[in-house]
Amino acid sequence: MDTVLLLTHTEPDGGLPRAALEALSAARTAGGPLVVGLFGASVEKAAAALGGAGAAKVLAVEGAPFGEARYGTDTAAAAALAKASGASVVIAPATSRMARIAAGVAQRLGGRVDTHVTQVTAEGGLAATRWFYKQRIEAKLRRKERPWVLLVDPGAYPAASVEGGAAPAVEKLAVSAEGATRTKVVGLRAPSSGEQTIRPEAKLLFVAGAGWTKKQADGKPHPDKAEQLILGFLRGSGASLGSSKSLVDQAGEGQRVFEFMTHLNQVGQTGATPRHPKGLATCCHGEEPHVVGWRFIRERRAVNLDAGCGWARGKADVLYVADAFAVMEKVNALLAAKA
Amino acid sequence: MSSGYQIVVLGSIVPDPLQTLEPAQTAQGPGLKNELMLPHVLDPWAAHALYEAANLAAKTPGSKVTLLSLGPKAKLQQVMMAVGQKVPFELVALDGPAGGFTDPHEVAARLAEAVKALPGLDRSRLLLFGGWESASRGAGVTLQLVGERLAITDQFQGVDQLTPGPDGSFEVLERVEGGKHQVSSCAGAPAVLGWATGNLGEPKNNPQVGMANMRGIMPSLQKATPAPVGTGGVEFVSVAVPKAQRETRIVKDMSPDDVAREIVEWIGQD
Repeated sequence: MDTVLLLTHTEPDGGLPRAALEALSAARTAGGPLVVGLFGASVEKAAAALGGAGAAKVLAVEGAPFGEARYGTDTAAAAALAKASGASVVIAPATSRMARIAAGVAQRLGGRVDTHVTQVTAEGGLAATRWFYKQRIEAKLRRKERPWVLLVDPGAYPAASVEGGAAPAVEKLAVSAEGATRTKVVGLRAPSSGEQTIRPEAKLLFVAGAGWTKKQADGKPHPDKAEQLILGFLRGSGASLGSSKSLVDQAGEGQRVFEFMTHLNQVGQTGATPRHPKGLATCCHGEEPHVVGWRFIRERRAVNLDAGCGWARGKADVLYVADAFAVMEKVNALLAAKA
Repeated sequence: MSSGYQIVVLGSIVPDPLQTLEPAQTAQGPGLKNELMLPHVLDPWAAHALYEAANLAAKTPGSKVTLLSLGPKAKLQQVMMAVGQKVPFELVALDGPAGGFTDPHEVAARLAEAVKALPGLDRSRLLLFGGWESASRGAGVTLQLVGERLAITDQFQGVDQLTPGPDGSFEVLERVEGGKHQVSSCAGAPAVLGWATGNLGEPKNNPQVGMANMRGIMPSLQKATPAPVGTGGVEFVSVAVPKAQRETRIVKDMSPDDVAREIVEWIGQD
């Protein structure tokens, strides 16, 4: 049976990233003895939070150089933890920080890596399920090689319950950051518009399509009105904003479309595949390949003027054949009245 | 920087995203039905990396862009006819499968060997570019694996911007959670940069660039080294297109007021 290492960085406050508890759920399904590996500026809070995880031991690399999300130092710490754990399977959450280093860690261990894992099963030998060709083909695979590093996508598992146990003693490893990197983290930068429209924790994803910028019933486009309606809805509902590729490409080509819209908002194709419980698509058009962006949205509704549109038909639970400008104006009014 | 960068872009070809894809079993493992008949394009993320590389090279005198591509020679030739019109680059081709089910570790080994064999390679000027994922395997690991094999310890993923400084250092914007960028400063090359979409649009076709590129592309394709990568130690238990068809309730002839009421009620449900 594989010994499983749950490997994760800690947050700046020393706590666990939310996705780490989801990865713990995946690690538990693997079925083997569990070891936890933590790295960051401080690890005590995270170790305490994993008191009831059922880990046989907790290993850690701690110190200021490991507080910054950098390939060189993170890979050094993570590889040291994996080696010290003796684990044959390493399961990590697919945060941006772990995604940056997972392959490098596997290479240093002489192992193999698979990412975007959505399911781990132990029956008949450990197997991982992941998507290929941008969420269009799903495959279940096994590997003979070990160590096997698996990066579990956020939202693929519920967060594990870790209550009711004592925190195991933390064994700290000495890892030198000397010469590991020539990179310094300067900080974080929010979108230049100042309006934060991407909210991973939101219950609703609002997908805006290029139809918002097209000519309306009066023969003219109304981008200012569209911007007002979209931002009004985001503020009133707390939704996260996604966009079709065609809309963000318009923005990138120098056209004045929506100030708040960047490639970071794009879903599907070369964009993200976010996970939210609900999704509302408006003015989105296109066929199956464009719809992959909301494959992981559980409940989906759409508003557009084409009842046969491939974006919505067979993909959404409900399609409202209606003018999104008129509908969203009423929606915003109702949300404002409830506030 | 006086001598400029040696920018090596790793990027291969993928089926045109508008094609319907169906898995099929082949002698080498899983593949796509009629894979060699499907129209292909340069992987979208690799294309962003290539355009950013060309833009950086144009702003940094003495720089050179090399596109290193592992794919079936005939398909590469078709795709390069189009890509070669966009920006100046030298092509180094490896002749092998470009499908999503090949093992990234095998692919990385071939690519790393090819990078090491580039004539006049100067590691102190090397920037290894590529997409942070691909539209085929979509794992986002090949570039890091190549970087590790080349012992490059400054790596960045989800890059949207690189700004060179006067002293050879550069600032990088990487995508992180919550729609933000992490801003990092790196002392200089060598470095690995996996690009997200960047900030540049697709360049317009330039016939002069196309003619200059073609003089190198055709000979490069003719002497492409065989790179028969496979699926490694992976056992594919199942490969399938998921049954994603939903029973869509189509609501016509409902007033905007009623639609709005229904949507707001739905949003409010737990």
